[in-house]
Amino acid sequence: MIEIEHLTKRFPGAATPAVDDISLAIGAGEICVLIGPSGCGKTTTMRMINRMIEPDAGLIRIAGRDVTHVDPVELRRSVGYVIQQVGLFPHMTIAQNVATVPQLLGWEPARIERRVDELLARVDMDPARYRDRYPRELSGGQKQRVGVARALAADPPVMLMDEPFGALDPITRASLQDEFLRLLYALKKTIVFVTHDIDEALKMGTRIAILRAGRVVRFDRPEAILAHPGDPFVAAFVGADRALKRLALLPVASHMRQGDAASDSPAVSRDGDLRDALSILLAAGAEAGVVVDAAGEAAGIITLADIRSALAAPPAAND
Amino acid sequence: MTWFVRNWDQVAVALGQHVVIALTALAIAMAIALPIGIAAARSDRIHAIAIGVSGVLYTIPTLAFLALLIPLVGLGRTNAIIAMVAFSLVVLIRNVATGIRGVAPDVIDAARGMGMDARRILLRIELPLAAPVIVAGIRVAAVTVISVTVVAAYVNAGGLGTLIFNGIASDHAPKIWSGALTACVLAIAVDGSLAWIEHRLSMSRAA
Amino acid sequence: MSVLAEAWRYLAAHPAQFMTALGVHVALSGAALLIAAAIAIPAGIYAAHRPGTAFATINVANVGRTLPSLAVLALVMPLLGTGFAPSLFALSLLALPPIVLNTLAGMRGIDPEVVDAARGMGMTRREILWRIEWPLALPVIFAGLRTAAIQVISGAVLAAFIGGGGLGDFITAGIAMMAVPQLLVGAIPVTLLSLGADFAFGALQRRITPPGLRGA
Repeated sequence: MIEIEHLTKRFPGAATPAVDDISLAIGAGEICVLIGPSGCGKTTTMRMINRMIEPDAGLIRIAGRDVTHVDPVELRRSVGYVIQQVGLFPHMTIAQNVATVPQLLGWEPARIERRVDELLARVDMDPARYRDRYPRELSGGQKQRVGVARALAADPPVMLMDEPFGALDPITRASLQDEFLRLLYALKKTIVFVTHDIDEALKMGTRIAILRAGRVVRFDRPEAILAHPGDPFVAAFVGADRALKRLALLPVASHMRQGDAASDSPAVSRDGDLRDALSILLAAGAEAGVVVDAAGEAAGIITLADIRSALAAPPAAND
Repeated sequence: MTWFVRNWDQVAVALGQHVVIALTALAIAMAIALPIGIAAARSDRIHAIAIGVSGVLYTIPTLAFLALLIPLVGLGRTNAIIAMVAFSLVVLIRNVATGIRGVAPDVIDAARGMGMDARRILLRIELPLAAPVIVAGIRVAAVTVISVTVVAAYVNAGGLGTLIFNGIASDHAPKIWSGALTACVLAIAVDGSLAWIEHRLSMSRAA
Repeated sequence: MSVLAEAWRYLAAHPAQFMTALGVHVALSGAALLIAAAIAIPAGIYAAHRPGTAFATINVANVGRTLPSLAVLALVMPLLGTGFAPSLFALSLLALPPIVLNTLAGMRGIDPEVVDAARGMGMTRREILWRIEWPLALPVIFAGLRTAAIQVISGAVLAAFIGGGGLGDFITAGIAMMAVPQLLVGAIPVTLLSLGADFAFGALQRRITPPGLRGA
């Protein structure tokens, strides 16, 4: 869906290029996370896709079409754009903000209004309550929901997101990440997502591109990176606790077994992940725990041995 | 230009008068504005009233104000100084209040925690820290006062305006130039010096 | 209070003269403000996106702002003579600095993230200027117009010295002849004019501030 080939950018006066011959192929419906230390070129790369920064060399293709030299304004109207500080227009109502790109594209007013209400509802902001409010009346989390709605308004196939949840407190951030993942799976957009937070990358990405000094060091699925970092930089970047991070990606439901546990076994939620399960078992000093479903009914057991073998197995084909 | 050089003493006298009037007016204005500004910093109500009244005074056209004072105080320096003080109040009060309000609350909190009384806090902490903003206000007031003094020559206050009015009356261009340009140079020099002082003060107070 | 009564009698005895002076004063002030705005606002918008130009413009405008009004009016006289047009020229010059400084401040005070979002969404430079920057900068620009208006009305009084006409004529004649009633016929109406204009601009400023920015 998105192909970037040999993209390069050097800023005037800089000793080395900010982006040095980067090539990535991102499939439709994927969430590709760009991550790396400060100055690695992740934001610059993302901003070259919608030509907010013009590449010095290289090619960008979206849906097979070469967009490297087309009119950038037209390109941006077909790409969703979400930034960390949101950038809502303070002098416009929420509805007017969300309606921006459809208006630029010349949609009829009735269609725009329907679309605005539909999107506000999708991001969990009751249209009746919020459409006529102003940005300054909203909290940080609400502003970013509107920011996402605004980016989705013209139904672009591709979205660029630059640390969209970075300015929010951890609780709001976690909840918005979950909501956004649900939204994206429903809408099947192709996303390029920049972050500096490895946990966010592991949670959100279908594939992660780790950048360093303007180059892609590794581009792979999260479980593969965690299982086989491949080099010291990636290993250090994902953290020494990568085995635990891997467990966090594995659901209890996929690794539990049938059986009964001792009556004093601790309870492990079926909707949780193996890292939570490990933590519960260790804290209780138990070898096994009883898996309970949402209603509290026993559904099976999970043992330390199960958890260990989950780590030993090669990363699953798909998630 | 030759007239200017030959009659430099005339210009110097006018310049001297101009500076004396301006300084006197500024000093009086500061003496009034400082206590009011400090009070306004502490109380929104006083702030609103003080800025409101002084704001109205500022809106009165210069020559009209001088003229309106004539039935009350006649012609001369007093007239001019009263007008200048009235015009300068709003910017001085506002800047004193803003400067004091702008002092970081944790600094004041620390001072109080160390046992300083209100008077010491004002003199040693608040006013020194508010100094850059206050000087910015003095800068605007000084330029205003210099400008009014030029006009005040018409009500016999002296100053560089006398050269301008004489020049207009006798259609003598060099006199007009001398008076007007000297006034402009004075204004620019004073503004520049106070800007430099303001800059130095804020540099030394950068957190 | 009898002075006021005498002033009123003087006014009633010279209605045409008064109305002419008032008309000239308003015309002079209004025209100077319009001319200055027509030059300074576009200049400010142009300079806002060009840091070098902005720096130079701010410095020149700051110097211009310090110049005594009467000095500027007087300097114009040997060059352009006396009368309405030279006065208009001088007053327009005096009105330029506050308007251009406020236009620059208004444009540059806009949150850069908002402009980045607008650009990223596919607005052209022009659309960004008209839909985003102009409405957001307008309240500050308007404050500059308000300041300039008061300055110009006050300066128009001084235009009497270079033959510009206006209400200043009554004041200067009154002072020259030590005739207080005549003086008041000039001073009081022009004061009311200035206060009225300030009030009107203030009310207008509140109305043109976008609702999303009020009380922010």
